[in-house]
Amino acid sequence: MKIAVASGKGGTGKTTVASSLVSVWNAPVIAMDLDVEEPNLHLFLKPEFTGSRIARMEIPEVDQSLCTLCGKCSDLCQFKAISLMGEILMTFPEMCHGCGGCIAICAEKALRPSYRELGEISWGQAGKTDFIMGRLRIGEAMSPPLMREVKKKLNEMQLDAPKDVITDAPPGVSCPAINAVMDSDVIVLVTEPTPFGVYDMKLAHEAFTPMNKPMGVVVNRAGLGNSEIYDYCSAKNLEILAEIPYERSIAEAYASGVIISESSDKMKQLFLELAEKIQQKAGEVRRG
Amino acid sequence: MDEILIISGKGGTGKTSLTAAFAHLAKNHVICDLDVDAPDMHLILKPENSQSHDFISGHEAVIVEEKCESCGTCLDMCRYDAVKNEGDRYFIDPLKCEGCKVCVEFCPAEAIDFPDRFCGRWFISDTRFGPMIHAQLFPGEENSGLLVSLLRKKAKEMAEEKGLELILSDGTPGIGCPVIASLSGVSLAVIVTEPTPSGRHDLERVAELCGHFKIPAGIIINKSDLNEKEAAAIEKFAADKGLVIFGKLPHDPTITKAMINQQTITEYADNEFTRELEGIWKKILQSVTSR
Repeated sequence: MKIAVASGKGGTGKTTVASSLVSVWNAPVIAMDLDVEEPNLHLFLKPEFTGSRIARMEIPEVDQSLCTLCGKCSDLCQFKAISLMGEILMTFPEMCHGCGGCIAICAEKALRPSYRELGEISWGQAGKTDFIMGRLRIGEAMSPPLMREVKKKLNEMQLDAPKDVITDAPPGVSCPAINAVMDSDVIVLVTEPTPFGVYDMKLAHEAFTPMNKPMGVVVNRAGLGNSEIYDYCSAKNLEILAEIPYERSIAEAYASGVIISESSDKMKQLFLELAEKIQQKAGEVRRG
Repeated sequence: MDEILIISGKGGTGKTSLTAAFAHLAKNHVICDLDVDAPDMHLILKPENSQSHDFISGHEAVIVEEKCESCGTCLDMCRYDAVKNEGDRYFIDPLKCEGCKVCVEFCPAEAIDFPDRFCGRWFISDTRFGPMIHAQLFPGEENSGLLVSLLRKKAKEMAEEKGLELILSDGTPGIGCPVIASLSGVSLAVIVTEPTPSGRHDLERVAELCGHFKIPAGIIINKSDLNEKEAAAIEKFAADKGLVIFGKLPHDPTITKAMINQQTITEYADNEFTRELEGIWKKILQSVTSR
């Protein structure tokens, strides 16, 4: 079973929910941080890292001596990453999406694969939990290619004995967020009952609906704002799976790096019930 | 003309609420919401008389079933796992398609269309604090970096046309494509952070990004009383990196009440938070003009 914790708006509590779910999960689980731009899950799960590798993406390198300046590669490239400048074929590595089209179309074999560093993938153990994350290189614009590499590593980890996966997704509703949730079985939307929270959750709900996956909502900071979120969820038949109350003590626990489900018995109970509801949503009810 | 961008690394630190308040305090400016993915500033600023424009960017591959000979070339060549097949029927998952055209180019049956992608809309509007440029990418769409660049260009044109001296922009969380597109060449990046492990970690990365692009940056510590140890660690980080701290703001739920009232905190409450924010805005302006 794969669970993605997503949100639309940033800072609603994705990492709080993901880390707490991992902590109470009653089956072998892998915690995966796909917010590669700003990964935070490790700050709470505090894994011991056992390995890492640099993730790279293929980009073209030009051998000017073989290039006939035919321009087929630059005509094909949709991202302005390769371009004829007078008598020289120039590449713009940061623009390249790694589609491989230019290398494939070059009859003279004047282009060969080189690589751009995307960032780092690291993995380890947080207690019994397997942990994996990606960390985008500062200055790298594209996060989906690195996310794909993290998922490749996840598949390697899943080869021996498949485990459940809990994914901490990036905020937003565009390509990085879609990439993070597209392989999951259930999407948990974390929101807060404020105008910003509601607006962005609607966007996320709209963006994820075409994927046809079971979705449920966790309302964080319940009691803070107004009731609009509840009206929306009831109108759209979106189940509210849990409500985390707005309490300064919870905010302070989070600020000191504590996993919220481990901050009190009440919170532990809340997340145990949430985990059970998510498992029901996935149609795989387990015995406690 | 100066351009001030508010960013944060981590989401939910208060970027948009503070930017909206600065939009109230600033004079002779264009307001720009560069969070084209999950924009929120319009919920407070209530833009009116919007002129709407389509944002068409890039293409997507679509297999024409009648022409497809099921050779599988597209499936083999796609690096994005966007081509799927059920038996002999091939199709493209639009969520995974990057619009690279490789499948279109190499299809021996010329069976793949490549229509334009209608990704969203952008707007020029009026607000009670001046003109505003903003956008909404359709949910699940891409090319946010190009839309951000387009908004910045339009904001500059408007500022020049109306003789306005300042562009005030609300940014996106993260450090990727839309943030890089927002950041290049701005006069100042104001990083709003919070004293939590995530807030500090993400601040460090976004500050490094500003350094990477040689953009002057300063910090606001929001919710600064949540954890004094973390707040002190942020101040130490700032001192080590030579980053100015424009000010510290308390954790104040009044900001949510203002939001529900569709007002900036500076309009809604004449309290210490507002006065602190006025001081911060003065320092930001001084920092920009003294360069």
